Amino acid sequence: MIRIKCPYCGDRDHSEFTYGGDGSIVYPELDASVEDWTNAIFFRKNIYGIQTETWQHVHGCRLWLKIKRSTITHEIESIEPAHKEIIKMVKNK
Amino acid sequence: MTRFNAWNVLKNGFINQTGWQRQWRDPVLKKEYDVVIVGAGLHGLATAYYLAKNHKINNIAVLEKGWLGGGNAGRNTTIVRSNYMMPGNHEFYEHSLKLWENLSHELNYNVMFSQRAHVNLFHSPAARDSNARRYNTMLLHNTDAEFWNLKKLKKTIPHLNYGPNARFPIMGAAVQKRAGTARHDAVAWGYARAADSLGVDIIQNCEVNGFVRRANNIDIIETSRGQIKAKKVGFAVAGNTSRLWQMAGLDSLPIESHKLQAFVTEPLKPILDQVVVFGVGGAHFYISQSDKGGLVFGGDLDWYKSYAQRGNLPIVQDVAEAALSILPCLGRVRLLRHWSGIMDMTMDGSFFICKTPIDNLYLNAGWNYGGFKTTPASGWHFADLIANNRPNKIINNHDLKRFEKGVNIDERGAGPDPKLHG
Ligand SMILES: Cc1cc2nc3c(=O)[nH]c(=O)nc-3n(C[C@H](O)[C@H](O)[C@H](O)COP(=O)(O)OP(=O)(O)OC[C@H]3O[C@@H](n4cnc5c(N)ncnc54)[C@H](O)[C@@H]3O)c2cc1C
Ligand SMILES: [Zn+2]
Repeated sequence: MIRIKCPYCGDRDHSEFTYGGDGSIVYPELDASVEDWTNAIFFRKNIYGIQTETWQHVHGCRLWLKIKRSTITHEIESIEPAHKEIIKMVKNK
Repeated sequence: MTRFNAWNVLKNGFINQTGWQRQWRDPVLKKEYDVVIVGAGLHGLATAYYLAKNHKINNIAVLEKGWLGGGNAGRNTTIVRSNYMMPGNHEFYEHSLKLWENLSHELNYNVMFSQRAHVNLFHSPAARDSNARRYNTMLLHNTDAEFWNLKKLKKTIPHLNYGPNARFPIMGAAVQKRAGTARHDAVAWGYARAADSLGVDIIQNCEVNGFVRRANNIDIIETSRGQIKAKKVGFAVAGNTSRLWQMAGLDSLPIESHKLQAFVTEPLKPILDQVVVFGVGGAHFYISQSDKGGLVFGGDLDWYKSYAQRGNLPIVQDVAEAALSILPCLGRVRLLRHWSGIMDMTMDGSFFICKTPIDNLYLNAGWNYGGFKTTPASGWHFADLIANNRPNKIINNHDLKRFEKGVNIDERGAGPDPKLHG
């Protein structure tokens, strides 16, 4: 089991989360070329090592997280909310 | 190579089994080859065999970083079927099934191919209809396909959960009778032995760590046993494809590496004669019984990208739950082992046998979790591509350009998310 420290809820099992996928994709402008869009949607570096990926805490606060994790050992290097403004808004309430 | 036949078995009975030779050599790596295949899994070994057999190319090496058949080749649940319907796929998988039907003779090696039927259960009218569409398409392409009603199903496979309290009552099944299982290790060993006897050098414990390119070619292959040259290079490294791709100076691929687990129980007396597949309400489960009696089964991926060949526990629980909901009689059976392998999952769930941006490099990858059944056809078509330097009609769209061209081959219609394809 991977343990993920949700910035909002704390340390939880990964089974409370769903895996989004590659968090490093930058989508091009709407009118970009077919090649650019093909690359963004279909082509991946498939990193052997530390990669940035998204997870959602579906059985918790439902925040989307951006996580740096090793695809070799599953060790997590860093965790942050995918949308930092949201957590600020929630915490300020 | 001593052939396996009744005469040699008899003869060796009299001479204390001293008349057998080793099944393949342990050759010294040469400096130069016509073709070098990276990866001695099923696909690499089959490719070498068909290159030698069909195309008379004999100066071939297969380089393997570990031992042959130690990757996904030795980790899969051995299901063989051809219930595919997309153009390009159905021809390919049916070709593969036909090759399976004669494989033990072809290789002079008993691969224990057992056409015990693949029984795909359905639990709702919608699932019945979509199965009917797929299995009718198969019939139109002259592949065998049947529908079984509950009566027939109950008679043939009595132990399934037909009870009124089943969460998803069984309505019937879509069946392919020519489908079944084979002994995975025997397939790797059979191809290795047959390729070796045609002169192919299988070099184990020889890891490829880099390439030197010249013009638009791979000039030198750097291995843990030194540098070698090859006129043509083929990749058949399954879950490690992206790593090799980047070693060759190339960038991204429509592939993600994910892990899939498999499970085997203690041996039991015969209880299940078919391959049974159960998939409903998010569950995914397939099971068969090996000749040793162990129940061999599996489910979904571990759901996150990984190169670690070890599985996680939530999936063990999911698979156990699925097992009990469909075969409650297994409740007290003990699990013997479980393990995982690294799958080359693609953006549309279909494979690549194609040329690459490098002139003398060819790619065989993207087998998702269905690359055992494709072994013979994969080797056959990859050899055809390498020898003739052009894709044939069947694999014409199984290339890296298909996404840009808009001809995705997405059997499931799951879209560009590799973990959703199976
Ligand atoms: C748990 C599980 C269940 C499965 N069930 C089924 C099933 O029921 N039916 C089905 O059809 N398919 C199934 N599959 C899929 C099937 O096993 C694979 O698609 C297929 O084995 C992949 O091809 P391969 O045998 O050539 O791969 P592998 O056996 O993985 O071969 C690749 C080889 O490349 C070597 N290699 C990697 N990098 C290097 C390097 N740098 N230098 C040298 N060598 C290298 C590896 O060591 C490995 O031996 C399953 C897979 C798994 C893991
Ligand atoms: Zn949370």
